[in-house]
Amino acid sequence: MTDATMEPDIAVTDPAQSPARQPRQPMPDKGMEVPQKPAHPVTEFARAFARNQSAILGLVLLIAMFALTFIGPFFYGVDPYEMVDMPFAPPGGDYAPLGTDYIGRDILAGIVTGGKATLAVGASAAFISVVIGILIGSIAGFFGGWIDAALMKVTEFFQILPALLLAMLLVSVFGAKLLTIILSIGIVSWPQTARLARAEFMRIRKLDYVAAARTAGAKNAYLIFAVILPAALPPLIVAAGLAVGSAILFEAGLSFLGLGDPNVMSWGLIIGQNRNYLLDAWWTVTLPGIAIFVTVLAISLVGDGINDALNPKLRRR
Amino acid sequence: MQPILSVRDLIVEVDTGSAVHRVLDGVSLDLYPGKTLGVVGESGCGKSMTALATMGLLPDRFRIAGGSIRLGDEELTTVKPNRLRQLRGNTISMIFQEPMTSLNPLLTVERQIAEVVELHQGKSATEAREIALETLRAVQIPSPEERLAAYPHELSGGMRQRVMIAIALACRPKVIIADEPTTALDVTVQAQIFGLLRDLQCNTDTAIMLITHDLGAVADMADEVAVFYAGKSIETGPVADILDHPAHPYTRGLMSCTPRLRLGAAARLPEAGTLGEIPGMVPPLGRFPKACRFAPRCPLADTRCTTEAPLPVAVGPNQSALCWHAKEEVYV
Amino acid sequence: MKTLLSKLASVVGLLFAVVALNFLLIQFAPGDPVEVIVGEMGGASEELVAQMRAEYGLDKPVLVQLAIYVGKIVTGDFGLSIYYNQPVLSLILQRLPATVLLMLASMTIAVVLGTFLGIFSARHPKGLLSHFVTLFSLAGYSAPVFWTGLMLLILFSSVWPIFPVSGMTSIRGVQGVFGYILDVAHHLVLPAVTLSSVYIALYSRLSRASMLDVLGADYIRTARAKGLSERQVIYGHALRNGIIPVVTMLGLQMGQLLAGATLVETVFNWPGLGRLAYESILRRDYPTLLAILFFSAVIVVVANLLTDLAYGKIDPRIGGRRKPAPRKTKEATQ
Ligand SMILES: Nc1ncnc2c1ncn2[C@@H]1O[C@H](COP(=O)(O)OP(=O)(O)O)[C@@H](O)[C@H]1O
Ligand code: SF4
Ligand SMILES: [Mg+2]
Repeated sequence: MTDATMEPDIAVTDPAQSPARQPRQPMPDKGMEVPQKPAHPVTEFARAFARNQSAILGLVLLIAMFALTFIGPFFYGVDPYEMVDMPFAPPGGDYAPLGTDYIGRDILAGIVTGGKATLAVGASAAFISVVIGILIGSIAGFFGGWIDAALMKVTEFFQILPALLLAMLLVSVFGAKLLTIILSIGIVSWPQTARLARAEFMRIRKLDYVAAARTAGAKNAYLIFAVILPAALPPLIVAAGLAVGSAILFEAGLSFLGLGDPNVMSWGLIIGQNRNYLLDAWWTVTLPGIAIFVTVLAISLVGDGINDALNPKLRRR
Repeated sequence: MQPILSVRDLIVEVDTGSAVHRVLDGVSLDLYPGKTLGVVGESGCGKSMTALATMGLLPDRFRIAGGSIRLGDEELTTVKPNRLRQLRGNTISMIFQEPMTSLNPLLTVERQIAEVVELHQGKSATEAREIALETLRAVQIPSPEERLAAYPHELSGGMRQRVMIAIALACRPKVIIADEPTTALDVTVQAQIFGLLRDLQCNTDTAIMLITHDLGAVADMADEVAVFYAGKSIETGPVADILDHPAHPYTRGLMSCTPRLRLGAAARLPEAGTLGEIPGMVPPLGRFPKACRFAPRCPLADTRCTTEAPLPVAVGPNQSALCWHAKEEVYV
Repeated sequence: MKTLLSKLASVVGLLFAVVALNFLLIQFAPGDPVEVIVGEMGGASEELVAQMRAEYGLDKPVLVQLAIYVGKIVTGDFGLSIYYNQPVLSLILQRLPATVLLMLASMTIAVVLGTFLGIFSARHPKGLLSHFVTLFSLAGYSAPVFWTGLMLLILFSSVWPIFPVSGMTSIRGVQGVFGYILDVAHHLVLPAVTLSSVYIALYSRLSRASMLDVLGADYIRTARAKGLSERQVIYGHALRNGIIPVVTMLGLQMGQLLAGATLVETVFNWPGLGRLAYESILRRDYPTLLAILFFSAVIVVVANLLTDLAYGKIDPRIGGRRKPAPRKTKEATQ
């Protein structure tokens, strides 16, 4: 249903009478996908992605959030820790356009500076979880047998543990420092990636070229990381992107529970610190929440877009 | 005799999004009570679409664009959806090609049969169960009481097709459309299913439309034949006549592909020197030749065949073919 | 039976692993647990410290300590809550029902509403509602669940105060059992709606995809060929097949659901395990926290078992509770 719409096409009522048309491939029995000219896979991918309106919206939102976070501070240089007005000054005031928090700090400054920590925690926690996930999943999927069974038991174990509670415990035992928070999130949220990596490895290891590499004398480590992993990467990259989104939500949740690093400004932290006063100052929790929401939404839109562009068959869903 | 089901000049179109194609182009058929009409043709010729159009079950993007379908004295192309639902499964029912996937995997055999009876005959659950049991016996399923409680995955392909037949039969319909009922089954089971259909027809006055791509099955089962090619019915007539003197080159080609039919008339035909295939394949939708659709594959094609669409020609008392050279060739 | 036994074995194994993990956490926590506890209590006498050390068996080899710890857990001894100064077990048993109630309510809302939206948008894939479902489902799991809760809290406490925003019962007494149930239900609305928002989103998307799949299946065509009405086709034939992926997902997500419950309980002061966890963190009440972790795992495991059972009920091909019909022999003879 793609290129076809761009082709100037007359509605042919009687095919018998229709002028000879350029040769087409025989119609598959089900589905009416018109065969497309083969294009370079990357071009093809970009085209599919660009056709997806919501993916483009996501991309725009994502760029906007990045701009806010990384360029914003240059334009809005207010110190987020400094008292600029009386506490709970509503938005639209003279000193703080988006109002102030419970000790009179500028919310806009908090949002502009807090993005860095939020994104950093999200990205590094997601990175850790994806690395663990890929390691466990690839070894399980590659070797199969008892190794697989054992690793899957471990995965299952981490899946039944409520991740947030475990992370809460870890952070409260080892202290609410940025590094602890990142590690805790990473350690509790890898099982999904592991399952995905395992499935991909199981599929790919049976392919001919892997067997060829094996007969050519490749070692297991080489097969895993140099032969199979590159082929398994596309869906894993998408998963990694989406993991950033969930890690951001995770961090926000921890901050909300008072387990955020109090020394590092982040969106979650603003919410966590002001939540007891939200009935007096709705903006203190609403606005940073919107920042989180938009960022995660943008990430999932882009992630879905990439996924769909990689699997054109599912596009119609 | 009045036909119970009469299809006239049926046109079915599909909208592919970029073009509208005719899947069926002026198909006409008649089904008589107690008789079997065999519909043959290679796959992709529009046999299933004819069946689905008749049932009012065309897939999305397909629609009836012309012609008429009369069941008894009701016009199905314009009937109200509610009335159509009353007829479906009750007066006219269908057996599908894929016994493995055509039964609901989560419901017991009993439920799937009883459901039709409850729906159309307003029977209570216990009565419906009795009827389901009877029908299972009629389709010769061993230990039918046990089977009532079975789920489809516990049955073999042949058994599942028997259950499908039981569902189709449960309300004693006037017309049964069997769309390649045995294609997915192995040869012995195939013979059993055909035998079953024949027996069932003997006891009732049911008209059967048997769709198949196997002319051999038609020879065994049918009274009348309609041969389909590329969305048209290109030859129709009594089975004996057509097998004795097929008039359309495509029909002859089909016969030459069917070893046991070559012993008779087909063996005498000039182009049937070798057992084998008709060269080429059915053109895909939208790429039908302008005039005779069979021309690219036809051994007798000449210039007229590629410039002018053939018209139906009567080649016998009840036999007609859609071919410029039909008449001459038969009497060669 | 065999599968049930092996399942139970695996459950026991998993729970043992949770206990071992708890033990590990105690071992690796900075400072020895008694010091931590004593520190949190604000000091204790030498005697008490010695007594606690003996109680924890800290003078013995690690494996023996683990065995002792496991033994205690098996007998239901989770120690004493530092803050509440009562057995952790009784504390948890008080809070458990509220959490289970919240989870059940949210799940029910999410499954019913999510499937319904999914079915509807599968039937009209190009319709307005379908687009709405896509949008809503993306929004639903992009918003932090506690933030959704906070937004509802603002809305329903200052703008439109028709639902209570805190606790599980009214301070004013209510009349009779029925009044009590109604009161709790009234309090349950906001927490349950908040928690379910994430899952309504997810399930509507999931069931939409699976219903689209199912509605194209051959047996749905068969059902139509029987003359069933569209409604009978959808609810009698398609729904059960379409809901299978939802049930699978349900089982996989119990851990997440519990995490969500923790946050939601904190927002709405719902007196469940999650709220208790939050309080215990504020008070550094580690014995309680560890026990909560253990019981959460129990909830998840039990919920998983239940969804497995439900799965077997819905899909006769799974679970093997029916004896397979003798097919090979029969087939050969016919
Ligand atoms: N779901 C579908 N979408 C598009 N075209 C289809 C679909 N099903 C069948 N067709 C096309 O319709 C034509 C008739 O098909 P059908 O009636 O199934 O043939 P037969 O039953 O004779 O094998 C064929 O050209 C086929 O390619
Ligand atoms: S009309 Fe011509 S081309 Fe067509 S079938 Fe007859 S002889 Fe062949
Ligand atoms: Mg067919």
